[in-house]
Amino acid sequence: MNDIVIHAENVSKHYRLGIINHGTLYRDLQSWWARLRNLPDPNASVSDYASDRQNKARLKNDIFHALDDVSFEISRGDIVGVIGRNGAGKSTLLKLMSRITRPTSGYIGIRGRIASLLEVGTGFHPELTGRENVYLNGAILGMTHSEVRTKFDEIVEFAEIGEFIDTPVKRYSSGMYVRLAFSVAAHLEPEILLVDEVLAVGDVNFQNKCMGRMREVTKAGRTIMFVSHNMTAVSSLCPRSILLSDGRVAAVGSTSDVIRAYLDRPELSGKIDFEIDPQDVDGKAVISRLSIRNEDGELAQTVELTKNFIVEMEYELREPLTGLSVGLQIMMEDGYSPIISLSDPELDVSRLDTRSPGYYRARVVIPAGLLNTGTFYLRAGISSRFSIYSVVEGIRFEVEDNVGIIQMLGQQRKPSISAIQLPWDVKMLYLRDSEGLLK
Amino acid sequence: MARATANGEFERINMTGHVTKQERESGTEPWDIVIKPSGTISVGLTTAWKYRELIWMFFKRDFTTFYKQTVLGPVWYLIQPILTTITYYVVFGKIANLSTDGISPLVFYMSGTIIWNYFSACLTNNSETFSKNSNLFGKVYFPRLVVPLAVAMSGLVAFAIQFTLLLTISFVLWLSQDAIVISLRFVFATPLILLYVATLGVGMGLLVSALTVRYRDLVYAVGFVTQLWMYATPVVYAFSQVPERYQWFYYLNPMTTPVQVFRWALFDASPLPLSICLANVAATLIIIIGGLILFARAEATAMDTV
Repeated sequence: MNDIVIHAENVSKHYRLGIINHGTLYRDLQSWWARLRNLPDPNASVSDYASDRQNKARLKNDIFHALDDVSFEISRGDIVGVIGRNGAGKSTLLKLMSRITRPTSGYIGIRGRIASLLEVGTGFHPELTGRENVYLNGAILGMTHSEVRTKFDEIVEFAEIGEFIDTPVKRYSSGMYVRLAFSVAAHLEPEILLVDEVLAVGDVNFQNKCMGRMREVTKAGRTIMFVSHNMTAVSSLCPRSILLSDGRVAAVGSTSDVIRAYLDRPELSGKIDFEIDPQDVDGKAVISRLSIRNEDGELAQTVELTKNFIVEMEYELREPLTGLSVGLQIMMEDGYSPIISLSDPELDVSRLDTRSPGYYRARVVIPAGLLNTGTFYLRAGISSRFSIYSVVEGIRFEVEDNVGIIQMLGQQRKPSISAIQLPWDVKMLYLRDSEGLLK
Repeated sequence: MARATANGEFERINMTGHVTKQERESGTEPWDIVIKPSGTISVGLTTAWKYRELIWMFFKRDFTTFYKQTVLGPVWYLIQPILTTITYYVVFGKIANLSTDGISPLVFYMSGTIIWNYFSACLTNNSETFSKNSNLFGKVYFPRLVVPLAVAMSGLVAFAIQFTLLLTISFVLWLSQDAIVISLRFVFATPLILLYVATLGVGMGLLVSALTVRYRDLVYAVGFVTQLWMYATPVVYAFSQVPERYQWFYYLNPMTTPVQVFRWALFDASPLPLSICLANVAATLIIIIGGLILFARAEATAMDTV
């Protein structure tokens, strides 16, 4: 049955940059006075977008096309992932669909009760108790009082809050706070649910619980749009996906196809060496070069299964930064990620150091065989616990079985992600003699 | 029979959402929600009514947090009008020697003050609706009108407490001396006056909050304009004291009616000319309608600018 519940037709959202939007009457008058005398506008903003090379195409006469002629349809019961790079328009789409702001042109038709989760704990007040916040947050998310009342025990149990439910939430640990907030959201029962990366909260156990809850919800036949960077989550939850790129729909289809389209970045495919003039990019920390090299330090698109290889990253810090770590993530074509590695792990004391401004180079050796043969994508970034400063992604490389031993033996590739040689210890314990006796 | 099948078929198709191009263009598509650039400006009163539980939750939140965050709690609601009344009594009653229309000065000033306070709370607490609530408005949708309505309700709590104080003082005065008249008209008049003041205060708040989305600096003007407005209203003086050649001004000031009528209803003060009342009611209606329209327009894209 072709039962459309969301229909978006030629939806565009434009933001004006520059002279509009000064915030004060005084500056509006100042600009008007300058225009009157043919002087340059003193308030024309040097926009963040304008200085970003990648976004220049979307900037026409000071109008930034956050979404550009987007159309799609979603049927009842579909679970659709929305993926795309930072600034591709994912959040804008979500904001339009959740009626936080209006499109510039086009329209979206929605059938059924819709709820959006752009954040957990929206409207939580620190002075109120857990119980009061559950009712308040439920009402904000669109639940009726009686709905919350019937689900209240379930919500508290899911959040593992127990007797603290009557304590003001300002006394909660951040974990408890997030658990309670998510728990309210998880018990929403709209026909259509829009979710924005809220799963990236809490500890690992709770995250798993949340993913489980999401799966349960999807089984109940509800329509879900799930916006995320987390390819693993998208590919495990959503059979279908939409890829947004520069404000347009770049691909629609089965999630594995869409993820492949996402990872195959045209301007980088075939490139193993990403280089950018840091002056073209704003930010406190900027990756200027990211490359994959073989054991001898030469740039390489293809690395050998039986040899180590190197990921090298050059970056610039423009101001002293604390709590910093550089990291890399290797992804497979289906979006799963076998390796995430940080130069300074979360709990490491070195994270507390302040790094001085300057140019840095980070190198990391990936041991031979850690990745089995196949196509992989490299993503690297500089981040602190609270923000991501710079990310480069989509560098594609191949791991090849250079020796060809497996092929020589007529076997297929081992069906594993890793082919690392583990240090086996094999010893004979007893020798069996010809009479069948053990010595 | 065939007719019935055809009808059934038609209905089924409609429910599964096969929209003909014609239907789409004429805007009669069977969607529950249509998100369009602006479309018709609905003032949102009916949707706000659907969200009445949320209004109640916001009201409870404001009240509870106010109570929890202060040492004295609701006692503040009493201290403020008492001190204001004493100040007015000394400055305007004793020093400037302004007439209070034959009403005991204490209750004269206090009655004016608490009505004015309610109006000024509705106006100033709503003047930054969008920027104050940007965290909330940026993350979840509900009719934004819910917030100003909840603010108007919260103001009623303060009014109720202060009104009780006023009645108590009036009663004590009435017991101890004969100079005070208490009319029972207030039982019927007070709810109407409050409805009027809430409408006007929310209307002004909506107008200002729609403007402060674009012009943040207007917020600074709101404070002192409200203050000056009080002196343009018969709060610290009686309307009967206003020279005739200035009385035309009170046709333009819609706060004249509630303050004056409140005193008339409670203490039998001299009534206001009916023409002023009518002009004030008309002004209030214009303000609330204008406020609702501007607010609805601001609501559509406010989150792009805040």
